[in-house]
Amino acid sequence: MSEAIHAASRTATNDGTSASVESSDTSLPEVPRAMRCAARGIKKAFGATPILRGVDLEIPEGTFAVLVGPSGCGKSTLLRLVAGLEEADEGAITLADRDVTHLPPRDRDVAMVFQSYALYPHLTVRDNLAFGLKLRGTSTAEIDERIEEASAMLGLAKLLDRLPKQLSGGQRQRVAMGRAIVRRPTIFLFDEPLSNLDAALRAEVRVEIRRLHDRLGATTLYVTHDQVEAMTLADSLWVLNGGLVEQKGPPLEIYERPRTKFVATFLGSPQMNLLSGRLVKEGGLVFAEGGGVRSRVDDERFRSELDDGREVTIGVRPHDMFLAKGDAPKIAELKVEIVEALGSEAFAHGWLTSSGPTVIARLDAADARTVKPGSVIPLGAAPTSIHLFDAATDRALA
Amino acid sequence: MSARSKRGSALEAVLVHALLLVAVVYALYPVLWVVTLALSKAGGIEPRVIPVPHGADEITLDNFRLVTGAGDPERSWLFARQLVNSLVVSFATAATAVAIATPAAYALARFEFVGKRSGLRGMLLTQMFPGVASAVPLYLILDALHLLDTRSGLVLVYAATAVPFAVFQLRGAFLAIPVDLEEAAMVDGATRTQAFLKVALPAARPAIAVTALFAFMSAWNEFILAATLLGRESAFTLPVVLQSYVGEYSTQWGAFAAGAILVSVPVMVLFYVAQRQLLSGLTAGGVKG
Ligand SMILES: Nc1ncnc2c1ncn2[C@@H]1O[C@H](COP(=O)(O)OP(=O)(O)OP(=O)(O)O)[C@@H](O)[C@H]1O
Ligand SMILES: [Mg+2]
Repeated sequence: MSEAIHAASRTATNDGTSASVESSDTSLPEVPRAMRCAARGIKKAFGATPILRGVDLEIPEGTFAVLVGPSGCGKSTLLRLVAGLEEADEGAITLADRDVTHLPPRDRDVAMVFQSYALYPHLTVRDNLAFGLKLRGTSTAEIDERIEEASAMLGLAKLLDRLPKQLSGGQRQRVAMGRAIVRRPTIFLFDEPLSNLDAALRAEVRVEIRRLHDRLGATTLYVTHDQVEAMTLADSLWVLNGGLVEQKGPPLEIYERPRTKFVATFLGSPQMNLLSGRLVKEGGLVFAEGGGVRSRVDDERFRSELDDGREVTIGVRPHDMFLAKGDAPKIAELKVEIVEALGSEAFAHGWLTSSGPTVIARLDAADARTVKPGSVIPLGAAPTSIHLFDAATDRALA
Repeated sequence: MSARSKRGSALEAVLVHALLLVAVVYALYPVLWVVTLALSKAGGIEPRVIPVPHGADEITLDNFRLVTGAGDPERSWLFARQLVNSLVVSFATAATAVAIATPAAYALARFEFVGKRSGLRGMLLTQMFPGVASAVPLYLILDALHLLDTRSGLVLVYAATAVPFAVFQLRGAFLAIPVDLEEAAMVDGATRTQAFLKVALPAARPAIAVTALFAFMSAWNEFILAATLLGRESAFTLPVVLQSYVGEYSTQWGAFAAGAILVSVPVMVLFYVAQRQLLSGLTAGGVKG
């Protein structure tokens, strides 16, 4: 898991850079892309419980937007509002520049892939795919053509005459996607489409979804609480928490510059280590100190707010820590409780101080052999990888 | 596969089949008696352990002739009429119950509206009283409506008890159908009504078949109300006819048995025809494919 996200974020980096290089080569002056989906000031309560408390969402044409957040934060509710399956208490939704706030689902031209797939049990795969097209009066020839195209894309050709109950989980999932694809909608909506698949299949279909998106250029809103999906699929990531958008942007940017403590701990696995401490200025340099950590702070990054003595929460991702060898500067000493060796890397769990929280540090596989439970190891971390959050507001210092 | 597990599975098969055999005998023994009685001469046969006729001379179709009135045009016409009464009343009851209960059950499963809970409770209440309890008021009502001795009157009475039961059964069936299906249909371009007709209704079809069959059978087998509300012989349904062979002083067991077999045949045919629907309907909600 932890490895997956790290590997995933690495590939995303590569992809990201190469893609941006390419596009800057080929594209003429950047034309602002049309908004395919926009939600403004969306509020929604169930009974007396407010679920969404003023959410704004913008998805440009062709963008893969991922909505992520903890369970129960209202992701599905927001998606269903876009689909028209729920009505907002306040706010407006436009799809392709059309105000659809009060339109029923059928008039919104959206396609949705449900977590349960929601395949019509009494219809064959072919009829499942054709269902929406028939309702819209598409000609038989056109329907056949689109079904053929979609089933070729998804490898469904041999399954067209089967009933849903005669399909495996992965096949059902693909039929559900096919049913969305044949519609050629304004926007694709996905609600945790992979959560009913086993881990291996999930990884496979995840890549397939991204491949399909790139091929179709389809505008997509994708809901998940799986951070690997969020990191790897998204062009733009929307972190929802407590009924509000807590942070939005490209996934790596959010990973590297989380704006709140919540976002910092929500993305990344194992979670970012958090320690309470304070800022100390010494000889023109700024140090973050507390909970057993003393580290230099990258004062380039935090220009204005590094007042001496300011109470902060210090955040360091396990992956940003390493075993400090030789005279490499160390930021802390870890008393090791257990070592989890994953083969390619290892995680040391332990404490920096006797009363402090559990801290996790990543070790190279080679180093992990020498580190034994009970030993005390020196840890290093680059000043640029130190995150600082205001102790009172939990917002990142900027 | 190892020899040991092969032997184990062979033993298992023998045991299972022995058990099934016992179950079959247990279930069929009374049926065998009925068949034997129906085929025996007037006066019946003496009790025996294995109720099969001793020789061909013990077998006769006299009882069936008596019941159907074969050879007597007037009696056989009457029997035909009574058979038609039973069929019409039972089919009409099933059709009415399903036609009314399906939309009602869907509304009760999917929508919130004023009076929903009290409505459900009220319907439950009607199920608590046996039909007999209301026989007298029903008689008076049908009399006032000039519906005594008519099939429509009987259908009205039967439907009145079949509908609430069907509503409960079908509401359960609709609740077991994931809302996702209808929502998917609506996103796909369906109206609410289309989502009901094209998705929920087909998905509930096995349950509807079971419900219809139950309604059919309850009407087909009902005796007390039919006996109370029907006075003319030509209006009788088959259970009332059957009862006439059980006399106060002597019982024509042979004729009764022959009648019982004739009454069972349509139900058996119906079960046979509908068995696939029934199986999926009876197991619906258990394991969903
Ligand atoms: N129809 C409803 N009636 C009442 N409460 C609801 C309804 N739908 C959702 N809720 C509540 O709204 C909150 C948000 O639900 P939602 O399904 O949007 O969460 P989510 O972010 O999708 O969570 P998950 O990751 O678990 O799917 C939950 O607390 C849920 O209980
Ligand atoms: Mg959800």
